[in-house]
Amino acid sequence: MAGRLIDKYMRGMYLPHKWCAGCGNGIILRDVIQAVDNLGLEKRDTIIVSGIGCSSRAVGYLDFDTIHTTHGRAIAFATGIKMARPDMKVIVLTGDGDAAAIGGNHLIHAARRNIDITVVVFNNNIYGMTGGQFSPTTPAGAYASTAPYGSIDPDFDIPALAKAAGATYTARGTAYHVLQTTKLIEAAILHEGFSVVECVSICPTYYGRRNRKGGAVEMMKWQRDNAVPVEQARKIPPAELEGKIVYGGLWRCERPEYTRQYEAIINSALPE
Amino acid sequence: MKQKQKRYEMCFTGSGGQGVILCSTILAEAAFLAGKMVAQSQSYGPQARGGLCRAELIIDEERIIYPKVTSAGFLLALTQASLDRLRIGMAEDALIIIDSSMHEPDDPGSCSVAALPILQTASETVGKIMTANIVAVGAVNALLGIAPDDLLEQAVLMRVPRGTEQVNLLALNEGRKMGAAAHSMIYP
Amino acid sequence: MTERRRMLLQGNEAVVEGALAAGMRFFAGYPITPSTEIAERCALRLPQVGGRFIQMEDELAGIAAVIGASVVGVKAMTATSGPGFSLMQENIGYAALAEIPCVIVDVQRAGPSTGLPTSPSQGDYMQARWGTHGDHPVIVISPSSVQEAYIETIRSFNLSERLRVPVILLMDEIIGHLYEGIELPDADEVEILDRLTKDDPRQAELPYDIVPGELAPRMTPFGQGVFYNITGLIHDDRGFPTSSPEIADRQCRRIMKKIDLNSGQIGRYEELYMEDAGVCVVSFGGAARSAQAAVEAAHRDGYRVGFFRPVTVWPFPEEAFYEICGRVSDVIVAELNYGQMKLEAERIAAGRCRVRHIGKVDGTILGPEEIYKEIQEAAG
Repeated sequence: MAGRLIDKYMRGMYLPHKWCAGCGNGIILRDVIQAVDNLGLEKRDTIIVSGIGCSSRAVGYLDFDTIHTTHGRAIAFATGIKMARPDMKVIVLTGDGDAAAIGGNHLIHAARRNIDITVVVFNNNIYGMTGGQFSPTTPAGAYASTAPYGSIDPDFDIPALAKAAGATYTARGTAYHVLQTTKLIEAAILHEGFSVVECVSICPTYYGRRNRKGGAVEMMKWQRDNAVPVEQARKIPPAELEGKIVYGGLWRCERPEYTRQYEAIINSALPE
Repeated sequence: MKQKQKRYEMCFTGSGGQGVILCSTILAEAAFLAGKMVAQSQSYGPQARGGLCRAELIIDEERIIYPKVTSAGFLLALTQASLDRLRIGMAEDALIIIDSSMHEPDDPGSCSVAALPILQTASETVGKIMTANIVAVGAVNALLGIAPDDLLEQAVLMRVPRGTEQVNLLALNEGRKMGAAAHSMIYP
Repeated sequence: MTERRRMLLQGNEAVVEGALAAGMRFFAGYPITPSTEIAERCALRLPQVGGRFIQMEDELAGIAAVIGASVVGVKAMTATSGPGFSLMQENIGYAALAEIPCVIVDVQRAGPSTGLPTSPSQGDYMQARWGTHGDHPVIVISPSSVQEAYIETIRSFNLSERLRVPVILLMDEIIGHLYEGIELPDADEVEILDRLTKDDPRQAELPYDIVPGELAPRMTPFGQGVFYNITGLIHDDRGFPTSSPEIADRQCRRIMKKIDLNSGQIGRYEELYMEDAGVCVVSFGGAARSAQAAVEAAHRDGYRVGFFRPVTVWPFPEEAFYEICGRVSDVIVAELNYGQMKLEAERIAAGRCRVRHIGKVDGTILGPEEIYKEIQEAAG
C-alpha cells in the first residue's frame, strides 16, 4: 500500500527523505497522501505549498506542483495561488513555528477571509531545523536550547486560535492515530473554506531528548496513552485534560468562501 | 494676469474637506481637454485630512518641465488660516481671490485682491456648502478664461461623484456669473 | 466602448493603466502613502477586466501573494513605499532566485524608518538594487513623468516576464502624485511580451533547464499537469534543493548574467545637449524634472551644459555614461538623497572627470535654481 502511494505521489529519485530517524513527520506526510488518494484528487488540480522548517521539506518529495516558500509565508503565497486559480485545490504543509510564530499573522487573516485553503500543521513542539529552540507550541516549563531553565512562554492552541480568527473547519490529529488523522485531513480538504488540521508530531532528536521523553517508541506510546478523542473529552472536566492531546474534528461551520465572493465582484464589475 | 497669456502658475488653498484639490483638478482637466499641457500636484499627508491643504497647477501651451509653482500668478484661498500660513512665491501682478468671509491681506504688494462670496453662494444660493469648490471652479474660469464653458462642464461631470451632477452644474453656473461680474470690476 | 486616447492621470494611476495594458491580472498589497492610489485603482479596475485584487495583512504577505499568483501564470504586481519596501525584501530575493516574474512598485518617501510621510525622496536607490540579502539580479526603472510611468510599467512587465527577474518600478512622491496628461498608445503600438514555456512536456519537467542560447528558463506555470518544485534554496534543474557547489556556482552566475548580458536591451536613458557639453547633469525620476529645467535655462544662457537621465537606473547605463565621463570636465549628480547615485557615477567616472553632488534630504523637491548655481560653478 505504502509502495503504491510512493509510486503514485512521490518523487522517488529524491528519497529517502531528510528527516531524522524516529521523526513523526513521515507518518503525517503519509496521512496527507493517503487522504489525497482516498478523495481521488487529481494531481494536476492540486498545488501544495510549504514554508520553512522540517515539515516544510515535505513538498520536495511530492510529485505535484509544489512550492517551498519563505519562512512563515506559505499561507500568503497560497492565498495568491488560490486567488489566481480558484479552481485549484491548495494545500499548505507547515510547522508550528512557521504557522504560529513567524507566519501567525497570515494564519489568522486567511482564517478571517475564509479562503478555501487547507493547512496541515506538523506540530513537533520545537524548532527542529535550527536545532531545538522553543516554539509557540512548546509547553510552558519544557526545556529547549533557548529555554535552558525551562520555558516561561505559554503555548498556543493552534485550532482554537484558527477558530477564533474565523476558520470554518479545525481538527487535531496525531502521528500515532494514522487512520483518524487521515480522515480529518480528508474532511478538511473537502470542506469549502479555510481549514486547519494540527497534526501532533514527535521530535525525539530535540524535544524528546531535552525533555527526557525517551526515544521515538516511547514518544509514540505517550501519544497513544495521552490522546483523548474530542467526543470523550467534552465529558471530562478541563482540569483533567491538562497535558493531554484532544484529537478529532473540533469545529465546523459554514460561511461564504472568499474566492467565491470575489467571483461575484468580478461578475458585477465586468462590462455588459 | 491682465493680458491673455500662455502660461498660468496657480495655487489653491483651503481647509481639508473644502475640495480645493478637486477644484484645481477640475480646472486641470478642463485645460487638458482644451489641448493645453498641465501639471497638478497637491500637498499630501495629515494636513490633507481636515487641516490645511494646498494644490498647485501649471497650465502651459508648451511642455512643462519643472512641475511645481515657483511664482504664482493666481491664488485662491478659501480660509483665513490657509491664507495666513501659505508660503509661496507670488508674481508681481498676481491675482488673489479670497472668500468674502476672510479679511484681505495686510500687505498684498502689487497683487490685486478680490473677495468673492464663494462659501455663501454655495450654502445659500446653491443650497449645499459642499459645492463651494465647484462655485470656485466657475468663478476662476470666468476670471482667467482657462477653458471654454462646454469643456469646463465636461470636466466637472467627469470628476464629481455620481448623483451630484445637477447640483454641481448649478454651482458651476453660479460661480461663472460671480466670476464674470468680478472680471469687469478687476479689469475695468 | 470607446477608450479615450488622451487622459489626465496621476502618476500612480498611470502605473495601474500601464500594468493593465501589459496584462497584469493580479494585485496584492497593503496600504501605505504615497503609493496607496495604486492599490485603490487596482481594486476598482481589476475586476472590470476579470482580474483579482486582494488587500493583504502586511507587505510581507503582499509580495508573497504576488509570487503565488505568478507561479500559476498570472502577471502580478504589488506597490508600496519605504517601510513596506523594506518588509518586502526577503521575498524579492525569493523571486530573484526562484525566477518568478513580478513587478514591485516602490513610490519612495523620505526615510529612514517612518521618516517624513510622505515627502519626496529618492533614498531607496541603493536599497532597490541591494535590499535583499545575497547576490541577486534585479532591474530597476525610474520614470520621470506620468506618460513615462505608463510606458515604463509596460516595459517592466515585459522585462520581468522574459528574463524572469523581479522588476522594481522606482517611483517617487513627485511623479506618483503628479497629474499630467498622457496619450495612450494604440494596442498595436505597444509590444506586450509574455513568458515563454517549453512545448515538450518532458522538457517542461525540468523547469530550470536552459534552452541552449537562452539565459532565462522557460517554465510552464503550475496547474498544467507538469509537476515540478519551486524553492528559495539553491536548486537543480528540477527545482529540487541541492548543496552541490558546482550547481550553486552555475545557478548564481547564470541569474546574474541575465542582467549583465542583456544590459543593452534593458538599459534606457535620455540625453540632452550632450554633443558639445563640458558639464553633464545626471538625474533620475522626479528630481530629473528640476535638473532638466536647470539645464535648459543654463543652456539658454549660453552654458555648455548637457543632461543625462537614466530611465533604467539598475543596471546603470554604464557604456553611454562612461563615454560621457571621458569628455566632460564635471558631472553633477542631482538627487533626493545623501549621495547614492553619486557612488555609481563615481565608480564609472573612475577619476576621469570631477563628480559633484547636490543631494537633498529635507523632504522637499530640488529647485532648478539650486542646480543652476552648481552648473555655474562647474562651468567656472
